[in-house]
Order: sequence, then C-alpha cells, then structure tokens
Amino acid sequence: MEFFSHQTDFKFMATRHVWYGLSAILMVASIVMLFTRGLNLAIDFTGGVSAQATFPVTADLGAVRRQLVASGFSNVQVQNFGSSRNIAIRLPPEPKLNQDVLRERVEAALKAVNPGATLQQLAVVGPEVGSELETSAGWALFFTLVLIFAYIAFRFHTWRLSLGAILAVMHDPILVLGWFAASQTSFDLAVVAAILAVIGYSLNDTVVVFDRIRERFEGNRRLPPNVVLDQSINQTLSRTIMTKVVTSIVVVALLILGGPVLKGFSEALLIGILAGTYSSIYISSAVALECGLTAEHIFPTVKKTALDHLP
Amino acid sequence: MLEYARWKYILIAAVLLVALIFALPNVFGSAPALQLAHKDHSPVTASEAASIADYLRQHGVRFDKDYVDSSGRLMVQFASVPDQLQGRDVVDAKYQGTYISALSFVPKAPAIFRAAGLKPMPLGLDLRGGLDLLYQVDIKSAVRQMLQNYSQDAGRALAAAKIPVRNITFTTTSGSTLPNAIQIALAPGADLAAAQKALASPLQGLTITTQSSSAGPQLVAAMSAAQVRQREDYAIEQSLTILRNRVNQLGVSEPIVQRQGLDRIDVQLPGIQNAAEVKNLLGQTANLEFRLNDTTANALEAAQSGNVPLGDKLYTHTESGLPVLLKREIIATGDQLTNAIANQGQQGPEVDVTLNSKAGDNMLRATRQNVGKQMGVVLIEEEQQTSTVNGKKVTREVRNERVINDATIQGVFSDRFSITGLSMGEARDLAVLLRSGSLPTPIFPIGEQVIGPSLGTENIKMGISALIIGMAAVLIFMAIYYKVFGLVADLVLVANVVLLTALLSMMGASLSLPGIAGIILTVGIAVDANVLIYERIREEIRKGVSPQAAIRAGFEKAFSAIADSNVTTLIAGIVLWVFGTGAIRGFAVVLTLGIVTSMFTSLMGSRALVTLMYGRKRKVARLPI
Repeated sequence: MEFFSHQTDFKFMATRHVWYGLSAILMVASIVMLFTRGLNLAIDFTGGVSAQATFPVTADLGAVRRQLVASGFSNVQVQNFGSSRNIAIRLPPEPKLNQDVLRERVEAALKAVNPGATLQQLAVVGPEVGSELETSAGWALFFTLVLIFAYIAFRFHTWRLSLGAILAVMHDPILVLGWFAASQTSFDLAVVAAILAVIGYSLNDTVVVFDRIRERFEGNRRLPPNVVLDQSINQTLSRTIMTKVVTSIVVVALLILGGPVLKGFSEALLIGILAGTYSSIYISSAVALECGLTAEHIFPTVKKTALDHLP
Repeated sequence: MLEYARWKYILIAAVLLVALIFALPNVFGSAPALQLAHKDHSPVTASEAASIADYLRQHGVRFDKDYVDSSGRLMVQFASVPDQLQGRDVVDAKYQGTYISALSFVPKAPAIFRAAGLKPMPLGLDLRGGLDLLYQVDIKSAVRQMLQNYSQDAGRALAAAKIPVRNITFTTTSGSTLPNAIQIALAPGADLAAAQKALASPLQGLTITTQSSSAGPQLVAAMSAAQVRQREDYAIEQSLTILRNRVNQLGVSEPIVQRQGLDRIDVQLPGIQNAAEVKNLLGQTANLEFRLNDTTANALEAAQSGNVPLGDKLYTHTESGLPVLLKREIIATGDQLTNAIANQGQQGPEVDVTLNSKAGDNMLRATRQNVGKQMGVVLIEEEQQTSTVNGKKVTREVRNERVINDATIQGVFSDRFSITGLSMGEARDLAVLLRSGSLPTPIFPIGEQVIGPSLGTENIKMGISALIIGMAAVLIFMAIYYKVFGLVADLVLVANVVLLTALLSMMGASLSLPGIAGIILTVGIAVDANVLIYERIREEIRKGVSPQAAIRAGFEKAFSAIADSNVTTLIAGIVLWVFGTGAIRGFAVVLTLGIVTSMFTSLMGSRALVTLMYGRKRKVARLPI
C-alpha cells in the first residue's frame, strides 16, 4: 500500500506567500485570543482547590454549585468530568481556611446534595508553585531554542536553516496556545508536557526535510534553491504523511480512550502535530529560502589554495 | 549479499534478553495489599500472621494470600481495591493499637522475581492513590539563625576580652540579596586589633573586614556565597532527615521524601488518605533541652505522691518508662546544637555532639560542678491535635515533652562531648532525634493533593487501554502498509517498548500518567525511524536499484535524517529533564530514554532482522515492501 504510487511534484514554494498570509492570520488570531480570553489555567498554575467527586447517580451540577455557594465559597466552578456521575470542582485559593476544614466543608456540601457522593481527590496548591513553574518552563524553552539553533547551525553549516527551524518551533506552540485560549480547555501541566513534545515532533519533521535539502544540494549545486526545496519536500512527503498518520492513530486513541485526565494532553498533541507538519514545509524551509539559502551555504566551495598544500 | 557484523547480532540479542528479564515483572502487574507492621518495627511472627488471617476470614474479607516480607511486615494481598479497603477497616477495628496499617501495592510476579530483586515499576501516586504534600523550607531563616549564633558568640567573646561593643546588627554585603553578614560596631576608641584577635576563633571561616567611622571602629564578618549555600543545603538536608524520620513512623509502604528544586521537599505517601493526621505529625517543630537531674530528691516517690520538688520538673524516660526528675535550669537548647552524629568510638557506639560557644560555656560550668551526676535530654515537640468538642472540630497546640536520654556525666567538657553506652542502633536513633530538635528550620506546606484509590484505578485502566489499543492499531497499520517490512517494524516497536520498560524498571522510576504519555510518544518516534528507512528503500527500488542494494542504501541514507532529527528532540528532552519538576520531569525521563532505545532498535535491531531475512540469498527478486 502506498499513499502516492509515483513521485509527487507539488510546487510548494510557488504558493508560499499565500501560506505566509494564512500563518500570519492564525498567529495574530492566536495571540489576540491569548490576550483577550487568556488561558483557562489549571490549579497547577493558579493555586487554589481542585476536587473530583463521584455520585451514585447523575450528578446535579446546579445543586452542587448552589450548595457550595451556600457553604460560603465564591467563584465556584463545577463541571462533569468524564461521565455524568463524575464531577470536577474548582475553587479559588482560600488562604484563610485551614486545608482540612476546607476538605470537610466540600465533603459536607457534596453529601448534602447526595449522601452517596464520595470525594475522590482534593488538591490544594499554593500559588508559589505555579509561579515557579512559569519561570522554570520559560528557562527550559529558552535553553532548548538556543541549543537547537546551535546544533542545526553546526550540522548544516548555516544559520538560515537554524532560523527557519526556530521560527517553526515557535509557530506551533503559539497555535496550540491559541486553540487552548479559544476553546478554554483546562491548561494544566500535562498540556505543557504535550506542547514540549509538539516542539520535539515539529523539530523532528523539520530536520528530516533539512536532511533531504542537504542531500539534494550536494548533488545539484546548479539547481535554483526553490526547485531543490520543492524536490526535497516532495521526496519526503510520503514519509511525512505516513508518520503523521501513525502518530495520530495513537494520539486519537488517547483522546477517545485516555479519559478526561489526558484530554487536554491529547488535544494539544493532535493540534501540534497538524501544525508541525505544515510548519516544517511552509515555515522552516520557506524562511530559509527567504533568507537566501543556496548550496554554497551548506557546502562551501573548497578553495583551490587549500588543495595546493596537499602532497 | 548483505552483511552485518556478528558482534552486533550478539549485542542485540544480549541487550534484548536482559531487557526481557527486567521487564517481565511488569507483565504480572501489582495487586492491592494491606501492609501491617509493629510500631517498633519488630518482625510480625507466623502465629500473629495466622491469627490476623483467621480474623479476616471470620469477618468475610476475601484475600488472595498473606506473607511476611523481608522487612518483617505482614502483607495481605487482595484481588480488588474495595476488598483491600474493607480489609483495612476490619483490621483497624481490632488491631489499631498493635499494628500500623498502610494500603500498598505488591507485585504479583512469582516469588522467584521478588527473591532476585526484580520488581515492576511502582505506580505513581496519580495511579495508585495517596497523599502528596509539598513543603517549602524557609532557608532564609536558616541563614538568619546562623547569623544569630555568630552574633551571640561574637558578643560573648568581646565581652570576655573586655572590649566595649555598641551594637551588633545583620547586614547584607554586595553580591548578596539577603542578609549574610554581621556588623559589629565597637565603642569609640576601642582596640580594633584586640577585637579582631578575640573574634578570630568564634567567627572562624568568615571574611572579616574593618572600617572606622566617627562613631567608632566597625567590623563586618560575612559568610561567603559558598557558606550561605552550605547552610541552606544543611537546612534542607536536616528537614529531609526530620521528614523522613517522621514519615517512617507512619509505616507507609514505599514513601517518597525528596528534594524538589532549590528549597522544596516533596512527600509522597501512597495509600494514605487522611491528610490532617499526617500533616500534624509532619508539621511538628521540635526543640531540645539539656538539663541536670535532681539527685537530692527521689523521682519514683515524686511520681507516686505527685509532689514535685520546687524548681524541678517530672518526666518519663521514653525507653525505660521510669520517672525522671530534672532541674528547671536549662544548660543548652536545641538551637545551640550545631551537630550530632552517631559514631563507632573507642568505648563502643556513641553520639558526638557539638554545641555553639555559649552553650559550651554553660556546659563547662555545669559539668565542672557535677561530675558523676546525671544529665537528661528533653525532646519537645509541638503538634496540633484536632479533637471534637460539641460536634465542632477544635485544633489546639499540644506540647509533647519526653526525655530521650539520661546519662552520667563522666568528666568536664564544654562544646564537644559524646554520649556513650548505647548500641549502634540506639546511637543512630538518638543522633537523628537530637538533629531533629536542633536549630529547627521552619517548613510549611504549600501544596497538598489527595488522590482516591479508585480514581487512580480508573486512570490507569484508561491510560493503559489507550496505550494498548493505540499500539495495536499502529502495528496493524504498519503491517498493511509495509507488508513483511511492516512486520519487521512491528517486532522492532515491541522490542522498543520492552527495552524502555526494562530501563525504567531498572531505574526504579515510578509509572505515572505523564510517563504513559511519554511511552506513547516514543512509539511515534520509533515508527518515524522505521518509516524513514522503508520510504528510502522504496525510493531506491523506484530508481531501479536491486533489492539488496536498496536495503543497504535505505539504511545508510536514512541514518543522517534519523540521527539529526532524534538528536534535536533529545536536546529538548534533556533540557526538560534538567529543568523540569514533577510531571514534566517524569515525561522528560521517558522521552529521553525512549529516543535512545528507539534509535537502538530501529537502526540496529531492524537492520539485523532484515539482513537475516534477505542477506544470505544470492538474489532477491522482489522486496515485500
């Protein structure tokens, strides 16, 4: 079985300006979403109280919410979690309340709605944890980008490809963040892990295309760069699609069967994989082309004088 | 003809064999269990075990088996979590005072694996339920305490040398964000050189600078950045020791107490559901008091009559249970104790204690007059006790004082002495107790998570079924798409998961949800490597190259793409491993190891298999790819 029975010959680079436009629109939309709606940050970041409970029958979300408000909590969020009998509760940080008192009050409120309700999980997180996470994640991202820039520049002898890769790497997480801002899906630590994985995948893809560009340039130094890039992308196209399909199979299984805990994680991965496929073609390669990438950059001509010293 | 070196075949076979052995215990999985231990950690006897088992059977609790493990704890293995919870309630109702019970998981693998030390990956807290507490260690106050000690010592040394002091304050030298030095302002006209000489010993190790102002000469004694860091590390190590010690009292199976980041301690207690009780025990602060025994009165009489002589206080010795009368006057306190270590001395095991100079002077005075008499050490622990009064929960501070050691003063000593006449075990315990009461660094909880055992079970079921179904779908798809080569890829993928499981089991890493996610991602990376190779082989065939040459070219040309793309991902994985904490780190560990195993299996394993299949034949007409 093959997706393409013959070598494809799509003119990817010819339409690149159209795609720049699309990218720009999506990026701006994502950033606007991020600034206007913001992320629905999970307790990992905001601090506060998060609880999960199971009811013997379908849980009456309104009743739970009213009961919690009656118990003196404000800003209560109650949602179904996985099934109609499971609920997730979010409360803002309550620094004045002893954590054990808190637990008792939440449990009492649940029992008042239905005596058979059980509190499955209760987490209280101080806001310090979240702020530390933000700084450590920020540094992690920064060091990743610097190291990758250096590695690609070293392996491919040009900063043009490094720049393309870095821009593609930044492009994908911004789109994922935009989606999380738009859909208001809970943004927790697992999503951060997923975004980091998306960066990894996107890089994987980009470098595979780069590898082919390097190989094509070696044999055909005379060919115009945009033709070489088109050839490289076409020649790796069946691999790109095959890998994405297979990875998506696993991620979709995770999305459907992994339960509510992994929902955000798998969503982030799925969007990231789609974005990564696109960005490895239209961001990383096209940016390198815009920067004037030629065969000379990857394979500098060996100067004649150097040869003279050889015996 | 394709060739592949024989040593590579042997290497691959050996690695896979070892991996299989290490991964095997995971196949059997774990079963919920109840762990019962004596409070004093003495082993549970066979007859005790039998009577507990009978008691459980009488109450209709179903369990699979029970045995006493190598640490002398009774393990009762259940088929399900509800059975386990029922078992715990039944046991607690009768044996609460006798045994410490804890919910745990035990490997279901045959006993031979247990004997060989091969264990399955323990489940993370998110998968098995339990209590996760995150503590912040107040390292700033740890440094402040140290400065406090230095300024007291400096003041005493100057007073002894009769050098007039205006005041001693804390100050911050350039390059430090927090107070890290003491500033000693001498009275006008004071002898600076004499002061420096007097301070040489108490402020040993500090960088001393002098300056003169109109108000009089000044000295600044600063801790170096390394000294500050050392003090902070000490505070964290000390808090870790204290927390570990207290967690052990809980009798929890496989507790994790580990440093997280700069100044955090993560305490994971599987199977524990009652946060209040645990936090009270862990959140205690402790102090020590060294006091002389009152030898003029009879402690036993005082205990019986209730008439405690004036100026004395009556205690009970923890070990012997006998009453002890101690004088109220305190010779030294825990915050003056700078070190306590158990050692093998000339007269057998001992605890070597170091005090600061003020306590040393007191000790010198006290011991000079009281050789041959006894001195007691009181451990004072503050804990919060919650009780129910009129249906309302009331929390109050309870001061718990007990004599942990009462020894005869053998000679005159000051700031360094040893407590002897102990067994090695007692010496170690006493040293830990002394340290736990020394210079306590405040810790406070900043995060708390209770995960119900059944929520954990649901999570693991969903995560693992998603993994298996996703994997199965990938295997089928690969076989359809690449035919025989797809089957080779399938074998390689399975080998990759086995290898990764074995590595994680060897490291003792626990399996959590992010870990499962990492394994799923690794599958994607391993697939990618195989796809790169096979697409390359197809390309070569399309060019009209002979099948065997296509295989060789496929592997060789795909190598640079696989290596470069994996190395870039590896960079991201390692950075996350270094910078990440908690869930992110767990994910990064799996991802990093997964990239390494997938490079090994795809590049070496897959090539070995393909060479084995097509290498020997003189001519291969067509490749089933």
